[in-house]
Amino acid sequence: MENNLLKVNDLIIEYHSDKKIVQAVNGVNLELNKGETLGLVGETGAGKTTIAKAILRILPDPPAKIKQGKIFFEGTDLLELSEKKMSHIKGNEISMIFQDPMTALNPIMSIGKQIAETIRLHEKISKARANIEAIKMLELVGIPGERFGEYPHQFSGGMKQRVVIAMALACKPKLLLADEPTTALDVTIQAQVLELMNKLKKELNTSVLLITHDLGIVAEMCDKVAVIYAGEVVESGSAIDIFDNTAHPYTKGLFDSLPKLDSMESRLKPIKGMMPDPTELPSGCKFYDRCPYAVEDCKSLGAEKKEMGSGHYVLCRRAGEVC
Amino acid sequence: MPAISKNGRAKSQTMEVIKRLSKNKLALSGLIIILLLTLLAVFAPLIAPYGYAEQNLNAVYLSPCKEHLLGTDRLGRDILSRLIFGTRQSLRIGVLSVAIAAVLGTILGSIAGFYGGRTDNIIMRILDIYQSIPGMLLSIALAASLGPGVNNAIIAIGISTIPSYSRIIRASIMTVRDKEYIEAAIAINANDFRIITRHVLPNAFAPLIVEITMNIGNSILAAATLSFIGLGAQPPSPEWGAMLSEGKNFMRDYGYLVIYPGVCIMASVLSFNLLGDGLRDALDPRLKN
Amino acid sequence: MGNILEVRNLKKYFNTPKGQLHAVDGVSFAIEKGKTLGIVGESGCGKSTLGRTILHLLDSTDGQIFFEGKDITRVNKKELVKIREEMQIIFQDPFASLNPRMSVRQIIMEPLIIQGVMTKAEMEQETDQLMETVGLARRLSGAYPHELDGGRRQRIGIARALALNPKFILCDEPVSALDVSIQAQILNLMLDLQEERGLTYIFVTHDLSVVKYISDEIMVMYLGQMVEKAPADELFDNPLHPYTKALLSAIPLPDVHAKRKRILLEGEITSPINPKPGCRFAARCIYATQECAEPQHIVEISKNHYVSCHIAESH
Repeated sequence: MENNLLKVNDLIIEYHSDKKIVQAVNGVNLELNKGETLGLVGETGAGKTTIAKAILRILPDPPAKIKQGKIFFEGTDLLELSEKKMSHIKGNEISMIFQDPMTALNPIMSIGKQIAETIRLHEKISKARANIEAIKMLELVGIPGERFGEYPHQFSGGMKQRVVIAMALACKPKLLLADEPTTALDVTIQAQVLELMNKLKKELNTSVLLITHDLGIVAEMCDKVAVIYAGEVVESGSAIDIFDNTAHPYTKGLFDSLPKLDSMESRLKPIKGMMPDPTELPSGCKFYDRCPYAVEDCKSLGAEKKEMGSGHYVLCRRAGEVC
Repeated sequence: MPAISKNGRAKSQTMEVIKRLSKNKLALSGLIIILLLTLLAVFAPLIAPYGYAEQNLNAVYLSPCKEHLLGTDRLGRDILSRLIFGTRQSLRIGVLSVAIAAVLGTILGSIAGFYGGRTDNIIMRILDIYQSIPGMLLSIALAASLGPGVNNAIIAIGISTIPSYSRIIRASIMTVRDKEYIEAAIAINANDFRIITRHVLPNAFAPLIVEITMNIGNSILAAATLSFIGLGAQPPSPEWGAMLSEGKNFMRDYGYLVIYPGVCIMASVLSFNLLGDGLRDALDPRLKN
Repeated sequence: MGNILEVRNLKKYFNTPKGQLHAVDGVSFAIEKGKTLGIVGESGCGKSTLGRTILHLLDSTDGQIFFEGKDITRVNKKELVKIREEMQIIFQDPFASLNPRMSVRQIIMEPLIIQGVMTKAEMEQETDQLMETVGLARRLSGAYPHELDGGRRQRIGIARALALNPKFILCDEPVSALDVSIQAQILNLMLDLQEERGLTYIFVTHDLSVVKYISDEIMVMYLGQMVEKAPADELFDNPLHPYTKALLSAIPLPDVHAKRKRILLEGEITSPINPKPGCRFAARCIYATQECAEPQHIVEISKNHYVSCHIAESH
């Protein structure tokens, strides 16, 4: 498709330690168009961050091994590119925001300098011009330009995260990988940051891969959603598909686990049990042990990918019958 | 990741440390040498072909030969036997002096680190003054004032190394002290003694273990130095440093008199250091998983 | 009647190089036995400090704390031991609040050992019982915290808090570090325990949907002060303080059709060091007027609905 920016095909990633093999990502397919936001939803250890790091090719090898799969960015497979070409893409075309803003900022360099340096790393312009650009970026994320010369410790958490966003967007990337960008922030600050990301996304026509565990943020930010469980996409589709026509028992379980603000339930209905140990994934459907609708076939034959509606895919043998 | 093995028995952290240590070949060889030295020390009378003070004036300055594998000294004493008995001395000095320093240092460091504030200030400033005197000089001064002898050397070396333990344990406790599980222990009425012994020290011990191992080597060296200048073990004691000292006058003609004790000192110090380095890596939580 | 805990004008100041930090500044409230008071606010609002001061993990600067009608503000060592048997705490971070060198069993049994009234066999039995109560499998007895996931660790923390059979438990963000599906399991467990044992909770959190689910009453804090307090539903249906309104509007709702006007706050939280006498929210408040520089008073607007804002009063 002409409009397509990112396409992940059949990605399999493992972590190898002493004796064990962690099956972190098990055949993931994703698609993201220009200007769209795709939400990657799942719990700790589901493999979300691994996928994002694989796209940027910053997985530490060892222990991580990409066993199989292709990651197409504007038609070229990133996994095939030379280091040199990839480093050009990193930062220029794709950049990433991490959960903890502190780890992304150098504590002994002023934030303005850090942004200017990022710009100069990817664009051949003079120092003075880079500084001007950096001030512009700061103002774009709502930080007064006068604070150019201040150091990270002089900023609050929310401001630091906005600096990180400014840095990530400084080179006007086509794709932004945002890994839980607001998890460490307070709700009112989170609201500011989300609003800012939405605004910048529209202005710069950036596509965003938003990794989060918060379905509220997904509802607010995302056009498309992929729900990840034990390294697999169990349900994907438009945000409306996922929220209104929930088809996978795990997705439904996630919704039922959330306390609602507008209803008076006396007890939540959590998903029983825990995610399977990624070093010993069960055969058959990986959600089998926790699924209230599981039947014998789910274990013996495994899960089956079904299309529920145009573009709405569910990895469940019984999708449509239940939920 | 939950890492419960199939039978549900979880491995303790100690087991994991041992497992990691066993993968480090250098540390393992250090450990093996230390174990060998320990065996030599324990069974010295059985292993050594002669007594350490057994003189034979008919066989002085013998080069290595069948009867005396490493030769004899100016009094005809068998050097191999003296070296074997010497392990007893050296290990004893190393272990005991470190034990003195570690126990006293830990107590002082724990009090300073756990209570902080004024207590901390007073203890640490005293230790500062203490540390402004060079360690070796301090041991020499202490050994000289206590009088020559192995036991006094042990005390002198032990006392002069207290501050390094205090500092390590204090730093380590200060990081543990603010952990939530300490607050949790307070909330269930644990008293200070229990908190320090059950919650703080076990979690602050790792760097101390490394320091102890490394320092046994250093103490052996320090003891050898004291003996060398005549303040440590006295003749006919076969302490390695004392042997060096005795041999130094005849070094030109009979080099082996100093080479063998020198090699023994080096090997023992090196193996303690190797083990210490290995322990440091094995105990480092950053290398976990 | 039936207030198990009452706090009057409680203050906790910290001395910092820059001046006095007013972490908790004149907070008053009461909790009925068997109920849950939710305390919400953003980081730095003093909600955790308030809880720890009530539990005497921190010394209060001023004010009074009553437990079952008795003034426990200043107590001696012996009384403190007694108080701590009745008041317990569950921590936010199940990773940091468990001693990594102790096994599950040792952690849960420790309060009993310290209390020292049971025989060894009784303690063993009680520990088994506690593990069952919180849903920890017997086979995990010998496991160490680092081998377990967050949910199970939090269950250990709960079992430890229950060991002395307290009447009151301070829950300091107990589910914030957990995934949603596990979070729901733990919340349900806490509600079950409350029903079975008649426990009273203070539930400190920054997560507003969780606090609504678990609390009977909710208190909103801003920079060490209470700005609003009301029954849970009332607070969500009819928030009066501008800060509460902004806070509620900032929660991202898991609903793609949700249409609402978000109140975006400008600027950052002002410093709690040597604060000025007026409303501390004024700097960020869209309704702020001159009167906001005057000290604010807490007023009961409707039954059990308290607010500290002169604008909300006049509406």
